Amino acid sequence: MDSHTLAAQTADTGHVEDEHAPFLRHHFESVPQQREAATFGMWLFLTTEIMFFGGLFCSYLIFRNWYYPAFVAGSHTLHIWAGTLNTTVLIVSSFTMAMAVHAAETRVRRALMGWMIATLILGCGFLCVKAYEWHDEWVDHHVPGLNFGPESFLHGTKAYPDDKLPLDVAEKTQLYFSLYFLMTGMHALHMIIGVSLLTILLIQVRGGKYVNGHVAPIENFGLYWHFVDIVWIFLFPLLYLISRHQ
Amino acid sequence: MHSISPVLWQFLIKWLTNFAIFPPEASTIAPYADALYFFLILISLVGLIAVVAMVVTFAIRYRQEKNPVPTPIEGSTLLEATWTIIPLILFMVCFVWGALLYFRIYSPPPNAMNIYVVGKQWMWKAEHPGGQHEINALHIPVGRPIQLTLISQDVFHSFSVPAFRVKREVIPGRYTTVWFEATTPGVYHLFCTQYCGTLHSDMIGWIYAMSPQDYQAWEAGSTSGNSLAQSGERLFAALGCNSCHNSGPNAHGPNLANVFGSHLQLKNGQFVTVDDAFLRDTILNPTLHEVAGYAPIMPTYQGQVSEEGLIDLVEYIKRLDSQYRIEQTIENSAAQPVQTGTAPAETSAPALAPGTVKQ
Amino acid sequence: MSTILSLPDQSTASLPKVSYLNKEYGLKSWLLTQDHKRIAILYLIAITFFFFVGGAMAALIRLELLTPQTDLLAADTYNKVFSAHGIIMVFFFLVPVAPAVLGNFLIPLMIGARDVAFPKINLLSWYLFVSGGCIELTMMVFGGVDTGWTFTTPLSTHYLNTNVVAAAMGIFVAGFSSILTGLNFLVTIHRMRAPGMTWFRLPLFIWSYYATSFIFVLATPVIAIALVLVVLERIIGIGVFDPAKGGDPLLFQHLFWFYSHPAVYVMILPGMGVISEVVACFCRKRVFGYTAVAFSSVAIGVFSFFVWAHHMFIMGISSYSALVFSLMTMLVAVPSAIKIFNWSATMYKGSITFDTPMLYTLGFIGLFTIGGLTGVFLASMGMDIHLTETYFVVAHFHFVMVGGMVTAFMAGLHFWWPKITGRMYPESMGRIAAVILFTGFNLTFFPQFILGYLGMPRRYAAYPPEFQVLNVFSSAGATVLAVGYLLPLLYLTWSLKYGKIAGANPWQAAGLEWEIQSPPLTENFPVTPIVTHEAYDYEWLASKKGSEVPTVG
Ligand code: HEA
Ligand code: HEA
Ligand code: CUA
Ligand SMILES: [Cu+2]
Repeated sequence: MDSHTLAAQTADTGHVEDEHAPFLRHHFESVPQQREAATFGMWLFLTTEIMFFGGLFCSYLIFRNWYYPAFVAGSHTLHIWAGTLNTTVLIVSSFTMAMAVHAAETRVRRALMGWMIATLILGCGFLCVKAYEWHDEWVDHHVPGLNFGPESFLHGTKAYPDDKLPLDVAEKTQLYFSLYFLMTGMHALHMIIGVSLLTILLIQVRGGKYVNGHVAPIENFGLYWHFVDIVWIFLFPLLYLISRHQ
Repeated sequence: MHSISPVLWQFLIKWLTNFAIFPPEASTIAPYADALYFFLILISLVGLIAVVAMVVTFAIRYRQEKNPVPTPIEGSTLLEATWTIIPLILFMVCFVWGALLYFRIYSPPPNAMNIYVVGKQWMWKAEHPGGQHEINALHIPVGRPIQLTLISQDVFHSFSVPAFRVKREVIPGRYTTVWFEATTPGVYHLFCTQYCGTLHSDMIGWIYAMSPQDYQAWEAGSTSGNSLAQSGERLFAALGCNSCHNSGPNAHGPNLANVFGSHLQLKNGQFVTVDDAFLRDTILNPTLHEVAGYAPIMPTYQGQVSEEGLIDLVEYIKRLDSQYRIEQTIENSAAQPVQTGTAPAETSAPALAPGTVKQ
Repeated sequence: MSTILSLPDQSTASLPKVSYLNKEYGLKSWLLTQDHKRIAILYLIAITFFFFVGGAMAALIRLELLTPQTDLLAADTYNKVFSAHGIIMVFFFLVPVAPAVLGNFLIPLMIGARDVAFPKINLLSWYLFVSGGCIELTMMVFGGVDTGWTFTTPLSTHYLNTNVVAAAMGIFVAGFSSILTGLNFLVTIHRMRAPGMTWFRLPLFIWSYYATSFIFVLATPVIAIALVLVVLERIIGIGVFDPAKGGDPLLFQHLFWFYSHPAVYVMILPGMGVISEVVACFCRKRVFGYTAVAFSSVAIGVFSFFVWAHHMFIMGISSYSALVFSLMTMLVAVPSAIKIFNWSATMYKGSITFDTPMLYTLGFIGLFTIGGLTGVFLASMGMDIHLTETYFVVAHFHFVMVGGMVTAFMAGLHFWWPKITGRMYPESMGRIAAVILFTGFNLTFFPQFILGYLGMPRRYAAYPPEFQVLNVFSSAGATVLAVGYLLPLLYLTWSLKYGKIAGANPWQAAGLEWEIQSPPLTENFPVTPIVTHEAYDYEWLASKKGSEVPTVG
């Protein structure tokens, strides 16, 4: 072949109908390419998120190993019902989000809006429950650095009379709560970002977007949302459940 | 060596030592470290010369004027395998040799003499068992292995003696150890090599390696009167430790005589060997290491004892090799007003506390 | 068969009428651009600025170290100066320099794409980078920070009263710029290749940028979280790094080096990519053992994640983990060795010319070999005990970072300068600067190896007098080095206006980027290229006359 690398004809990729789709950005060859690029980018972004949370998970495991009794006692103070409730809320919201993506793919605007609103409400619900829990911890003087006091661990509780920790161990519960607040805080930050993005998308959907075959943003937001759920699926057992039997 | 003129030789020696191209070799480790160093230099030279020779030869032989038409070559598996495997082997030698040296430097011989060093911003405080305290200086005898137990009172520091080729990070809240045996009497640099704040470069001192006689003279001349163990004994009493660790039959705490070096069983079933680090840790975080057979009643002393105080206590407990010393402490402390109303325990026959197994 | 013996006639070449540079005018068209080439230029400007700020700090360091006493700078000022030097040079110069400038400009061109996958995110990265840099500079104006670039806890969290929080936040923000750049490159390389551009037809440049981007994406989040912890620890005292509260001060170092060791390969892999291109072009043949060079980039990227504790051999990590990390470090050195030998072998039976980029490349091979082999000294655990935290380490990393990466970047900058600007730099000046740089560099940093073995600790504002002779050498060398960096700054700027017109392919190099006009059009390729040949097909090129090399647009 003489014309070394440059050929005068355009590569034939993608559907002809898509070639002129209004949402096809100029630098992409075709709609599938654009969509794959966006999805791949989203997956990579989620990988960075895994590494980000990974640092916290590692710290958690190290300190749990060092200060096991303190971590058990710290875990006992959490409201297991709140955690369970939130887990349910998030799982349901993942379902509604998946339905929203489906609605976008089938190009049904009303359904899309409905499912997105449902997701939005569930997301806010999660944040409210979380805020309630944090408030409780504040009242109990369990917020590290700001108002932490080990007193509540010195005498045991009604549910766990064995949690009568000597002072030096009781002080280590602060590390448990540091990690608890860091992890749930980072997670909540992601939820807040998610809820904000969802609101923006919702407004755009009302304006008629994303029901004309351009589903990548909804799909990718869906990935993000599921990811945030999955993080919670790890946080819930590690923070709430793992020490229940003691 | 005889072929070199003595004048030149002397000049070389002077140049090497005074103008400092190479540090003095003043410990038993130093020759080992230097041997590895020269080996590494050797293989580096081999590698570098190989690369430079290739590049220079080709640059001359295949420059465009001489060789206008390049010959396309894809590669050569054999050649590439060669230059993968040869460096790999050489690097593995470096690894094994380096590891051996590492273990040599960081495994103290059992008969080493122990000196404590506390680092703080920005000074070194050395504490000899005999009660000699020094700041930014360390006197040691030559020909005797010395082990340093290091701890920092604030940030990371690093204890470095280039002439001995040893160095160890000094960590807050954790004992680290390093050992060396000086061979040549002299005065050597002691540096803090871990960046530790404003006056990091002032955290320097001198190591005085002395002949055994000189060292003995120095030791006798500079003691503060109280050995570390004696200071520890006072602290033991002042803090009220003996109200529980009094070795009596109804004592609330374990008997500490001979506890150092023994294997203790903890509540969680694990066994630990009692060493400096364990003792320090139990004083600060007693219930994290609950010894089997005792209630977790010991209060924490976190924030109440300085690092030096902890060293004194550790040193005291280390030397509690007989019941007699404990009784002495208790008697001494009974006379002291600091004591807060604990009855001196009755003398009883030395008994090993439960959970203590003598090695 | 005939070979192109000389550059195409510069007097007949003319600048194309339309190019990405003159498509639009005005500051706004630059600041809001989504064109990867313009963004590369924006980065180039910002990064050059940071380099000279960092360089000025280096000048201060070397001036202070001329004498054993602290006469020019007080100890606390000196500490701020080397911290600023380290932070700027690492996070605001060397990490972004090659990816963000050369990568941004060339990756789409080399794979035949019209832009990177996410142009808006690309622009956002630049703004994040600049904001991070502004935070950092403001912080330095208002008192600076004296943590060193490593932010060691508990020093940084509990004992210093300088602007640690601001410094950490600046790096945090710039870190997102790295993450997004890496993400963009990965997606671009995966999804935007022109038809026919299979993985094994990619230029080696792309392979090394691919590995770099992976490191960006996987490692940077870890330092982000580590810095968040430092900030929280400092502001409210959460206790994770505070031994008094049961925290572990070493945890920070694990997190920090988990990022920073892979990051040092971010600081060399792109340089290795550049060297592959330049060597092939100036020897006029394919890189010897393409596959080995390509996979060694990937191997370096993968292994780099498992060696971080070699920075902590004396820190009381367990001896057995030290063993593992030492072993892994030895293994990661092997792929670098493979590359060096393959480049050298590429010269075999080539037809070599010695233009400026090639001179820099030869310098790179020598200096990186020395730097890398002294890395092996440090990886050898027992030896590291004596060498760590001394000037030996300082010399090691300047050899790999300055002698390696900066030299490679200079090679790349000169090589692609005609593509970027459409004009040639003055060749003889280029060669002179390359030689000055090489000389100055060795004079500056070689004595530091000796100082290191003598035991001179790093980060010392004052030092014992017997170290002075070698320090004077080093400072003298730094002056030469400064000239070596100022010269290119001057003549490259000069060439923007007065340089000879380059034409599409002044080096007669292979590669898609050379088949389009220089400077390229905004959309790079008016028609999508179809690739039918492997990279570095100089044989094919040689069968063409200079004027026949196809150009588009
Ligand atoms: C561009 C950056 C870069 C690169 C590429 C490297 C590459 C390497 N580094 Fe370096 N390193 C740094 C930047 C870099 N480093 C920095 C910044 C620090 C200090 C940070 C701080 O504390 O502030 C550091 C510190 C550092 C340490 C810790 C020192 C200490 O603090 O105690 C160690 C220890 O193992 C090390 C090892 C290595 C090794 C083995 C390589 C290898 O990858 C090198 C491989 C290359 C070669 C080996 C050369 C080519 C080989 C040949 C041509 C073969 C020769 C042939 C024969 C032998 C036959 N480095
Ligand atoms: C990419 C990385 C990079 C680069 C390019 C450089 C470049 C240089 N570095 Fe840097 N250096 C580091 C990364 C880098 N360094 C790091 C990470 C550290 C560790 C910091 C720490 O410990 O935390 C360090 C530490 C460090 C030290 C040790 C400080 C100490 O431990 O006490 C020294 C000492 O010689 C030094 C010197 C130099 C010199 C002479 C150059 C030269 O190559 C620079 C040459 C350039 C110029 C000289 C600029 C051009 C000239 C001007 C702008 C003139 C204007 C000048 C005035 C008006 C005064 N560096
Ligand atoms: Cu202590 Cu540096
Ligand atoms: Cu490293």
